[in-house]
Amino acid sequence: MDLRVDGLSHWYSDLEVLRDINLTIPQGQIVCVIGPSGCGKSTLLRLLGGLEQPTQGQVTQVGEPPVGSLNPLTYVFQDFALLPWRSVEDNVSLVLERHNLSKAEKEDRISDVLTRTRLSDFRKAVPKQLSGGMKQRVAIARALSVNPAVLLMDEPLSALDSQTRELLMDDLIDLWTREQFTSCYITHNLAEAVRLGHKVVVLSRRPGVVREVVDIDIPLANRRMSDPRIAEIQQDLWDMMREEAQTADLELAP
Amino acid sequence: MADVTNHVDKNGANPVAAPHERPVYFRGGGFRTEPRRFVGLAVFAILLIIWEVGSRTGVISELVLPAPSQAFAAFMELVNSGNLQKHVGASLQRLTIGFSAGSLLGLVVGTAIGLSSYARAGLSPLVSAIFPIPKIALLPLFIIWFGIGEGSKVATILFGCFFPTVIATYGGIDSVDRTLIRMGQSFGLSRWEIVRKIVLPAALPAILSGMRISASIAIILLVAAEMIGAEYGIGAYVLLAGNLMSTDQLIAGVAILSMLGLIVSWLITRAEKAFLGWRN
Ligand SMILES: Nc1ncnc2c1ncn2[C@@H]1O[C@H](COP(=O)(O)OP(=O)(O)OP(=O)(O)O)[C@@H](O)[C@H]1O
Ligand SMILES: [Mg+2]
Repeated sequence: MDLRVDGLSHWYSDLEVLRDINLTIPQGQIVCVIGPSGCGKSTLLRLLGGLEQPTQGQVTQVGEPPVGSLNPLTYVFQDFALLPWRSVEDNVSLVLERHNLSKAEKEDRISDVLTRTRLSDFRKAVPKQLSGGMKQRVAIARALSVNPAVLLMDEPLSALDSQTRELLMDDLIDLWTREQFTSCYITHNLAEAVRLGHKVVVLSRRPGVVREVVDIDIPLANRRMSDPRIAEIQQDLWDMMREEAQTADLELAP
Repeated sequence: MADVTNHVDKNGANPVAAPHERPVYFRGGGFRTEPRRFVGLAVFAILLIIWEVGSRTGVISELVLPAPSQAFAAFMELVNSGNLQKHVGASLQRLTIGFSAGSLLGLVVGTAIGLSSYARAGLSPLVSAIFPIPKIALLPLFIIWFGIGEGSKVATILFGCFFPTVIATYGGIDSVDRTLIRMGQSFGLSRWEIVRKIVLPAALPAILSGMRISASIAIILLVAAEMIGAEYGIGAYVLLAGNLMSTDQLIAGVAILSMLGLIVSWLITRAEKAFLGWRN
């Protein structure tokens, strides 16, 4: 299933946040969105998944979600959003409970996603016992358990320290290499964008418009930080961002 | 510093002072308290002993305050006469019905105010207006409405427990992490599911501490209500003892109330441990 955005504009009362966004998130690809802070990235993601109503334009699902998908558009949040009183398995089970799955199928889904995220040994742990990286893996497991068509991720790694971030990025690349999931990935870390994105969408400062869409043809598994092509793309992206970020930085908050 | 030694230079000319050395003293620690078992019990015992000795030596006049042993004797008399069960039973019944009905209603109304804009706009000013009224002032009105029997007593306690629970509940709901609710919505959970599985568990710490307050209010109101037209009940027993100037019975009654309060608070602590274990 693809996700297509047509002529999307959004206002918060008098504040124009996004202007005429056109964009496609093709099946099996990770589309990274970068832009200076406050330019409307999180807003865009909320619009994509139907957590907010656009002022203008629309978001369209093209094609059918995979069979067995319980929640085609599924979020992974920056601050994990795990229920602290539920164990790892119960946090996953939370999003399955309303679907009248048989006990066996529910159990299958839970153990499957926990295996895929290497959390099987921590089923009974509660979030408080887990490190930040593990918490985010639980959140990713929870998202995978509903078999989503598109994963909507809002800076999923930005609450983590840099080593954990590297590890989790490798995990995501592994995961994608195995099962080509579709994703819109918001970040303001350029290194993440060039490692994970098949496409990188650069938004301007607020009101956010699409400034540039950069395609990166190198397979995810082969991208090395030392690769000059990667470094060059990252430099280009930064050149585009710098000016926007500088101006955005000088603006007063609304 | 005491241990400063002067070294004499090789040339024997200028004495050179060795650098000062001293350990860095610990100055952290703050005001953290640690559990000290039996200290509370010891303070209690010492006070009782001083009191008993004071009474026996006549420093404390018997008219003013009877000795603890006399109060205990009055208590044993109450036990042996079989009236203890009747008094405590009657009180517990009123307390249980009033407290649980009041808390339950408070929970429902508090949840409604926490979740619905209309309930909030309509009810929260009303709650703010009625909450500060001392419920004892309403007791005569309740007697007219619900009769001088059990009705007015239970209603007073119910009313007294209702408001703190409402306020604690919607305060707790207001402070629930919004990202958790948005998470629930993003996974397509139904409204009722979000309330039951996310909002209420997250508000539970606030709700339980509200219950702790309403439980002590309930005991205060219980005694007040039992002082009017009750045959049995700890409040009635204390009132009668006061009228007869039998201070030993009065002290015994007050001690029973204190025990009741301790037991209720212990039960709530148990509930907190059971339901809020995830916090530590
Ligand atoms: N619910 C809201 N009501 C009013 N204004 C909002 C709301 N949500 C966001 N905004 C404003 O819209 C603008 C865009 O916000 P958004 O969170 O989408 O930015 P962002 O690109 O995700 O920023 P960041 O990089 O800090 O995450 C900001 O100026 C913000 O203050
Ligand atoms: Mg954001």
